[in-house]
Amino acid sequence: MSLWEYANPKKFLNTSERLLPWFWGLSAVCLVVGLSWGFFFTPDDFRQGSTVKIIYLHVPSALMAINAWFMMFVASMIWIVRRHHVSALAARAAAPVGVVMTLIALVTGAIWGEPMWGTWWAWDPRLTSFLILFLFYLGYIALWEAIDNPDTAADLTSVLCLVGSVFAVLSRYAVNFWNQGLHQGASLSLDKEKNVADVFYHPLLVSIAGFVLLFLALVLYRTGTEIRARRIKALIARERAGA
Amino acid sequence: MTLTVTNLGISRGGVPVLEGVNFVLSAGDALILRGPNGVGKTTLLRTIAGLQPPLEGSVDGAEDRVAYAAHSDGIKPTLSVTENLTFWASVFGQKGIEAALAAFDLETLADRPGGALSAGQKRRLGLARMIVTGRPIWIFDEPTVSLDTRAVGMFADAVRAHLAGGGSAIIATHIDLGLEGTVLDVTPFKARVRDIFSDEAFL
Amino acid sequence: MIALLIRDMRLAFRAGGGFGLGLAFFLIVTVMVPFSVGPQSELLTTIAPGVLWLGALLACLLSLDRLLALDWEDGSLDLLATAPLPLEAVVTVKALAHWITTGLPLVLLAPVLGVLLNLAGEGYVWLVVSLAVGTPALSVIGTFGAALTVGLKRGGLLLSLLVLPLYVPTLIFGAEVARRGATGMDTATPLLMLAGITAGVIGLLPFASAAVLRVNLR
Repeated sequence: MSLWEYANPKKFLNTSERLLPWFWGLSAVCLVVGLSWGFFFTPDDFRQGSTVKIIYLHVPSALMAINAWFMMFVASMIWIVRRHHVSALAARAAAPVGVVMTLIALVTGAIWGEPMWGTWWAWDPRLTSFLILFLFYLGYIALWEAIDNPDTAADLTSVLCLVGSVFAVLSRYAVNFWNQGLHQGASLSLDKEKNVADVFYHPLLVSIAGFVLLFLALVLYRTGTEIRARRIKALIARERAGA
Repeated sequence: MTLTVTNLGISRGGVPVLEGVNFVLSAGDALILRGPNGVGKTTLLRTIAGLQPPLEGSVDGAEDRVAYAAHSDGIKPTLSVTENLTFWASVFGQKGIEAALAAFDLETLADRPGGALSAGQKRRLGLARMIVTGRPIWIFDEPTVSLDTRAVGMFADAVRAHLAGGGSAIIATHIDLGLEGTVLDVTPFKARVRDIFSDEAFL
Repeated sequence: MIALLIRDMRLAFRAGGGFGLGLAFFLIVTVMVPFSVGPQSELLTTIAPGVLWLGALLACLLSLDRLLALDWEDGSLDLLATAPLPLEAVVTVKALAHWITTGLPLVLLAPVLGVLLNLAGEGYVWLVVSLAVGTPALSVIGTFGAALTVGLKRGGLLLSLLVLPLYVPTLIFGAEVARRGATGMDTATPLLMLAGITAGVIGLLPFASAAVLRVNLR
């Protein structure tokens, strides 16, 4: 039994319907535990005070903003190479989730930046990169919306996603070159020394798990909606053809 | 030098329209396509011309040998008749447009800009373009739209000369051109609903 | 290929071809800048390289929606797609024609507009160099955007939304060269990056443009 069997729309719907309650439930548990643990049961940072606690929203949403684009990249590749409709629709379904994640990262970043840096917005490389990512998401979604024929739309948006990914990486380097910034280093890294302290680290991991599960649940759910919308279209087309 | 269409299935906007189309077109042959509006003649021609991929089946012997005349003629209003034709001739690596001008009686219009031509004159220019391509297989989609009787005669003569020279032609048309050729009505090839294509995967 | 280049340039230069519109737009935008930020010459000197780059970029963007849409509407693209010329070559030649009729005149006009904005003395050379190296990338990326939106009615606005984020790296490095040049700093690194982007884009993006054009032609 191959993984590609799930690329069949019906099979996908059946499986995702069985999985979805688990994803919803687990993500709710992780988010409640991670966020309340982070907000109420961790000490204040000795430099940043209680403002640091926004990290439990900021870091996971920023991670998911990038991962959502990466997922769209992979799904686009699968569509171009193997032409599985579910893959194209999953990419389409992920984009609005990704754009909301980017927005959450930007807004929480601004709220965090105001007390720390004394400004809501600075043209810091990371902030700027996320703003550019936001624009890429908007363009991608707009292109999906503009094209009637779903297969044409899938083809064009897939190519846009691939080209956009290259340019997003390029922009990241360009922006780094253009302005060395205020933003602190990565909050997470494999190098233990550089990591945030364990007290902050564990609830952060739980929050991230919550965001990942929430993202998966939303994407599965939205992909299901897209599949049903396509099914309705196909049924109407068949009826018209039969008439 | 034959064009072979085998078990061809085609779709328009993700919906299959024709399937199981078979025919062989040899040098010197003309194929006249018939069928009601919307049955998929244009889509069939575009597929043979290689502008869209077939759903199933194959088109053999078409690559780099077809010239396709669509509904619109691709005439630039600010270029003269000569410039328009010369451009297409050089794109197809050919020289000399006099024969094409003569075949469609365009000599007197040679310096007229494309924008100043009447609909029928534009059509004649569009059809003359087929001659300058030097391609052996001509594909026409409703070539006689906005042509008067005399111009239809010119068109038929041009196709006859092309066939006599070892070329072949596929023509979707509703009027009788007086050409010797096989008539193929595509209505019986209307596609059934099956679940292997595109949108039907969702049924 | 040369025939296509000559045809596209002829079309651009003849009446109604839109040649000069981009230049006029560039001029007007530049003239509007002092009205919006004030006439202080030090301020204008500071922002001149960036403003000129942004103006050139927008002028380039302005003509993109005609790049393929006209050939699409009158059926020329269908015919070109069945011609012996591969579509990759068609989009490359069209980008080149766009650059010659839009990018190159902008490069030549930029130093004149630099006078209006009180551009610093050393800045002129670097402004021209950076635009000369960067504008080909703008044309090629723009062709990709035009190929994506060619089949759409009212694709112009969408085209801007798609193309502008792709212009970010070129703009950053291009304006950086002009800015550093104007202030007498070393321009080697950003100029190399800019040249790298232009070379990479010319080498690779036509394949993507041709691929989306094929999809749009079906």
